[in-house]
Amino acid sequence: MSENKNQFVLPGDTISGSYEPAQNVILNDNRLLSTAIGFCEINDNEANVSPLTGFYIPRSDDLVIGKIKSHTSMVWEIDINSYHVGILPAFDIFGKDYNPSKHDLSSKLNVGDLVAIRIVSGDTARDPLVTISGENLGKIDSGELVKISPAKISYLISKHGSMIQTIESSTDTSITIGQNGLIVLKSESGSNLDKIIKVFKMLDSTTDDSNMDEKIQKILDENN
Amino acid sequence: MGGREANVVLLDENGIRSDGRKVNETRKVTIKAGVLKNASGSAYIEFGGNKILAGVFGPRDVHPKHMSNPDTGILRVRYHMEPFSVGERKKPAPSRREIEISKVIKEALEPAVMLEKFPRTAVDVFLEVLQADGGTRCAALDAASVALADAGIPMRDLVCACASGKAADALILDVNNEEDQAGQADMPIGYMPNLGKITLLQLDGVLTADEYKKCIELGLEGCKQVYEIQKNALREKYFSSGDKD
Repeated sequence: MSENKNQFVLPGDTISGSYEPAQNVILNDNRLLSTAIGFCEINDNEANVSPLTGFYIPRSDDLVIGKIKSHTSMVWEIDINSYHVGILPAFDIFGKDYNPSKHDLSSKLNVGDLVAIRIVSGDTARDPLVTISGENLGKIDSGELVKISPAKISYLISKHGSMIQTIESSTDTSITIGQNGLIVLKSESGSNLDKIIKVFKMLDSTTDDSNMDEKIQKILDENN
Repeated sequence: MGGREANVVLLDENGIRSDGRKVNETRKVTIKAGVLKNASGSAYIEFGGNKILAGVFGPRDVHPKHMSNPDTGILRVRYHMEPFSVGERKKPAPSRREIEISKVIKEALEPAVMLEKFPRTAVDVFLEVLQADGGTRCAALDAASVALADAGIPMRDLVCACASGKAADALILDVNNEEDQAGQADMPIGYMPNLGKITLLQLDGVLTADEYKKCIELGLEGCKQVYEIQKNALREKYFSSGDKD
């Protein structure tokens, strides 16, 4: 039903029409109900609610930014801004020849280090397994860390990341976005960094997405 | 709380209650969502003279570990009255009454929250009663529900709550402190309005079978009024003006 397309919904709100329940939608007694605060969209006969608030749910293949929390003799435990810690096996870095009696995990990654990692398994039955091997992954040695709501990340990387590309090119900054709401900025210019941080803080605190591109451009154009 | 007042007129000859309300009228309710920066979700409610703050944390790791459930997340609720929330200082340690109310609020929220998606985790709800004026468990439940939605916890429906009861031989909506102390019955009700399910039903006092049915109907009307205020609080925070529906 067209009247329910692109509508703001709250938990328990009915989404009329006969669609397949998808993200944040349940079917109860032949009624579709939203389970989150968000924006309801109908795509390919599926009812979706894009949440406006919430926490990070680990999903396979997500790129996230984490902080080393601790390690045992076999694995590192990484805070991935979620309800479980990410598990990075030692052999992911040392290879198949890893031997706990010969190798020291703290020689590679220490508590407090920031890492760009990818979720290998988002299975809820156990802590998510992560990997540090791959393109754009690894230890982050420098940069500014910014934290925003994970619910805002999908907006930030929508339209094939065109918004991020615009920000990167206009400020000569490298931006690494973690799906878990952590973002690392690298720039030579402190004033450009301040501008980008201002953009992300504005995005994080604003619930009204209208004219967002113009608002972002206005901040980027300041003092130029 | 606060002791009984002698000679209080609960209902005058014009059907007006001690605080000036009609029998089917609730007290003034205001709710604000997202008032605490450090909590995952929060809400503040003023329900008549009640002032209650709700904070939600999680889902997060369960400590102690033995409490975790491999099949589902767990909900933990702490209802607490501040020592200054009542006329005579209340000891800050959890009382028998507070433990009971924590339990009933937890059980009233459980049918709404979908924690099966987050096994081995806990969602903690902290409810601080800053000022009490009768009906704190309903007001706390209303605030907790808004705070859970604000935290982004998946919910089948919001839970709204309001009490009905009997005082001066009349059925009344939203029992205040005097009516609770000197009245004949108090019935707090928790309700999921979209699913049409009652999640909390208690009764302190004596009602006939007919009065019992009417009391539930009256209480549900109050719940529906509170539900609109809960929705407006969330719309105000997330949809700016609340008019984008």
